[in-house]
This record gives sequence, structure tokens and C-alpha cells, in this order.
Amino acid sequence: MTDTSSAYDRPLPVPVHEDLSKPFWEATKKHELIMPKCNSCSSIFFYPREACPECTSMDLDWTEVSGQGRVYSYTHVRQAVHPYFQSENGHIYAIIELLEGPKIPSNILECEPEDIFVDMNVVATFEDLNDDFTLLKFKPGP
Amino acid sequence: MESLRYKTAIVGASETTELGNIPDKTPFQLHVDASVNAIKDCGIDKKEIDGIATTMNPVALAHYLGITPKWIDNTQVGGTSFLIHVRHAAAAIASGLCDTVLVSMAESGKSRVGQSSNSNFSDSSLEGLRDSSFPGQFESIYGVYGPTTQFGLGVLRYMKETGTTHEQLASVAVAQRKWSNKVPRAMYRDLITIEDVLESRMICYPFHLLECCLVSDGGGALIITRSNRANNFAKDPVYILGTGESAETPIVSQMYDMTSSTAFKISSKKAFEESGLNQSNIDHLMIYDAFAHLPIYGLEDLGFVSRGEAGAFIEQGNTSPGGSLPMNTNGGGLSYTHTGMYGMFAIQESIRQVRGEASNQVPNVEVSFCQGVGGMFMAAASLIFTNSPPD
Ligand SMILES: [Zn+2]
Repeated sequence: MTDTSSAYDRPLPVPVHEDLSKPFWEATKKHELIMPKCNSCSSIFFYPREACPECTSMDLDWTEVSGQGRVYSYTHVRQAVHPYFQSENGHIYAIIELLEGPKIPSNILECEPEDIFVDMNVVATFEDLNDDFTLLKFKPGP
Repeated sequence: MESLRYKTAIVGASETTELGNIPDKTPFQLHVDASVNAIKDCGIDKKEIDGIATTMNPVALAHYLGITPKWIDNTQVGGTSFLIHVRHAAAAIASGLCDTVLVSMAESGKSRVGQSSNSNFSDSSLEGLRDSSFPGQFESIYGVYGPTTQFGLGVLRYMKETGTTHEQLASVAVAQRKWSNKVPRAMYRDLITIEDVLESRMICYPFHLLECCLVSDGGGALIITRSNRANNFAKDPVYILGTGESAETPIVSQMYDMTSSTAFKISSKKAFEESGLNQSNIDHLMIYDAFAHLPIYGLEDLGFVSRGEAGAFIEQGNTSPGGSLPMNTNGGGLSYTHTGMYGMFAIQESIRQVRGEASNQVPNVEVSFCQGVGGMFMAAASLIFTNSPPD
């Protein structure tokens, strides 16, 4: 993303923050990756919920995670589904399994689609769209 | 809990008169066409129908057909819903809630008659995309929308863990075309090779065009009643031996294990237990195939082959004409038809095979297993049918 000020004007899908997930998107603006954590059973999970999917406790907090993970699986999207993603060589949609356990959808940047493989190590990176939106992405990492 | 085994039977089954490209009929008109065809198929007096199940508004369909039901079901969990309707109808009839149920399905998936244009991701307007749902917040922003870009997301992991090859994935489409080759109503009938599949346009790696389902218009309907009155109709009854259903996740990226369907495992295990049969008793198999990996996942999750063996099993011809386990004998969603919620068509082919009236008939089918999927591994259901009367 070279010109973040004009990016918002392009036909890009924009996530709408709801109360439940707002802290996640506030954190990405600070280039931090946080996940919901249960204070009762200590499980870290994704997606944000009001009750822990392991034990149904509603005593939840957010915890910062490492941002490190591996490519659990991916697909190379060649048939664009939105003009923003229209490109000669398509783009990578991947599920990243974080070191801490949860699996999260994202794109992988800074890597040719042909070089990506299942179990490749990746690390979080952040793409600032404008003052309000920063997207979580991943790139090859340690 | 009493088993549903042999409690009910399908006595009427039919698809819409036309299938494929039907630009002049709304989904509602297709519902009526399919329902009337199913009523004609068994010759039942419409007044005897006292239950109705469909994914559309069941009240609207009931009133239009002049049916005043004692029982209704509007379960809508995607393309497997109609298998679930059959299961719920069997349970309702067995417990005396009603006597005879109409299950109806129809879609204008290709022509989209009577529907607003597909105002989703392909529309460059932002409005439809400002969405606080999980997909809106966490998936569509990464350039995916709907089954084509998301349903097959786990396949590369499955292929790595099992050693399944691209040729084996392609062989699913090749095998099914061998079936549809002799099915006049199938949308695609020309034989294809592995090379044809692998050379077709890449949609979403590793899926080529010929590994993705087609898009069509059509529908189907079923009439289900008590087994002990099932011999009073035009055709021999198709008894319901086993049923199962389950659900996993509304979000495909959040499956428990993206290399296997938990819902397939649960629904099929329940159906086998209820039927008292096992995999070796199955003469004919339908596994809902929106994309080429579904029959592979299904063969393993239903227990027909061990983990990692399904690709080779299909590639070696075991599910093709003449093979030991004939599967998707109408050509499936890849070659026969796929209106969006294909499950009704899988049921219809199971029934045709068990009745002995399929276009590409397998010899001596006594038991057919039908596996449905709803959404993208969202839900599942299983049905086991037989033409063999109860003892
Ligand atoms: Zn907990």
C-alpha cells in the first residue's frame, strides 16, 4: 500500500467495528495483534465472542499474542471477486494458525504466490488504510 | 428413543419438468411444478398431504397448493436442508404428528428470475460491504466472497497431510462425467480427461473450472408417508432406513479441522447406526459435490475408505461406472445440475437408483446412501434408502 490517503476512496471492503470486536481493530491501528482470552480456563480463541467457547465463562479479556504463526492452508484466488483485488496474478487468501492456537484468515504479502507453502512460517504485519482502519496481514517470518 | 428404521417411505419423487436453464419461471413457479410432479408421481390425493417442509415460506407454498398442514418445517441450513426435512418428516410421521409430508425445493440459481441482481462483492459499490458480520469483518476484506473462493480453503492442507495429488482431485470430475455421459438431463455430458481438468481455467488454486460446480435452475419435491400405507401408490416405496444430521460452523475458516468435516462424521455415523447397516451394505452412494474435494472428504468421513485413501480410490475407478462403489451417478453438482442448494437432486438420484429408473442405472441397487452438505461445511445430513421391504 503506497498511498494510504487515497486507498479509502477505492472500492475496498471496509470492516465495520461492532462493540465485541472493536478492541481488535483498535489494536491493529497500533500495530498490535490481540486475541480474546478466558479468565476462567485461560483459553485463547478467535473469533471474538461474548462467552468462552470452551467453558462459557463471560469473564473475558484481551491478550496480546506474538503475531507468529504458520500457513495452515491457503488458496490462490485467480478469479477476482472485487475490483480492488483485480490483478494480473491474483492474490493469496490464507488461514494462519498462530503460535497461541487460534486460526485467523488473512493475506500473505511480500511473497510470490508460487513460493507460498502449507506450514510456511509467517509473522503479522499491518496495512494502514487510513486513520480509521488498519488491516492485519502476514508476511514470511521466523 | 425408538429408531426411525422402516417407519416411513418415500412414495413420490420428482424434479421440475425442465432443468438447467429456465429463464421464464420464478423459484415459486418451480416449487409448484416440482410439487405437482411429485404428487402425480405417486398419484396421491393432495388432500392426504398434512405436512410440509421447505426452505421457502412453507405457509405460502401450502396455501398455494391448497394444503392445510398439521406440521411444518422451515429448516434452512443450506443445500443439505432437504435431507434434514426428510429426517424431520420421518420423525414427525413416526411419532404421529402428521401422516404424509411434502418436501419441496426450487431455485432460479442461474437465471435469478424474480431476484434482485447479485448485489454483493462483484458490485463496486461499498454499501453492501459495510458489514459487521464475521465474514464482513474478517474474511471479505481479504478478497474472498462465497463458495468459489472459500469452500476449498482447507484442501491444500489436506493434500499435504495425505499426499493426495492434483490428478486425484481432478479425477473426481472425470469420474462423474463418465456417469453424466449417459444422463440426458445432465448439463455437461462430454467425457473429459485429467488433462482437460488440469488445463481448464484456474479459479482458485488448486481448483480449476472443471472442479467447481455448474450453476443452474430447477427444483425437486418428495412425498413421504408411513411405511404401512406406502404400498398404496403408483410406484414401489423407497423405505427410509437411516437418518442423521449435524452442524459445525457458519464460518468455513473456523472449522475444527479443515481437512475433515465433523458434521459429515456425526450425521453419517448416526444414519448407519439407525439403519443397522455398515459401509459394505451400500450399493450406491451420493455425496454432495459443490467442489471436487467434497466426495474425497465424504468417502473418508463416512468411513468408506481410510484417511488419505479417497483420492486414489476415485482415480482407480472405484466410483466410476463398473466400479465397486458407484458414486454421484447423475454426474453430481459438477456435471448434472447445481442450483445453489443441490441436496434435493442428490436425494432424487438416490431414489431413482433404488427404484431402478435412473438414466445411468447401476444394476441391482438395493441400498443407497445420500450425504448432504449445507453452506460451506456448515451443516450436514445423511439418509439411507432401500427398496427392500421390511421383514
Ligand atoms: Zn473458558
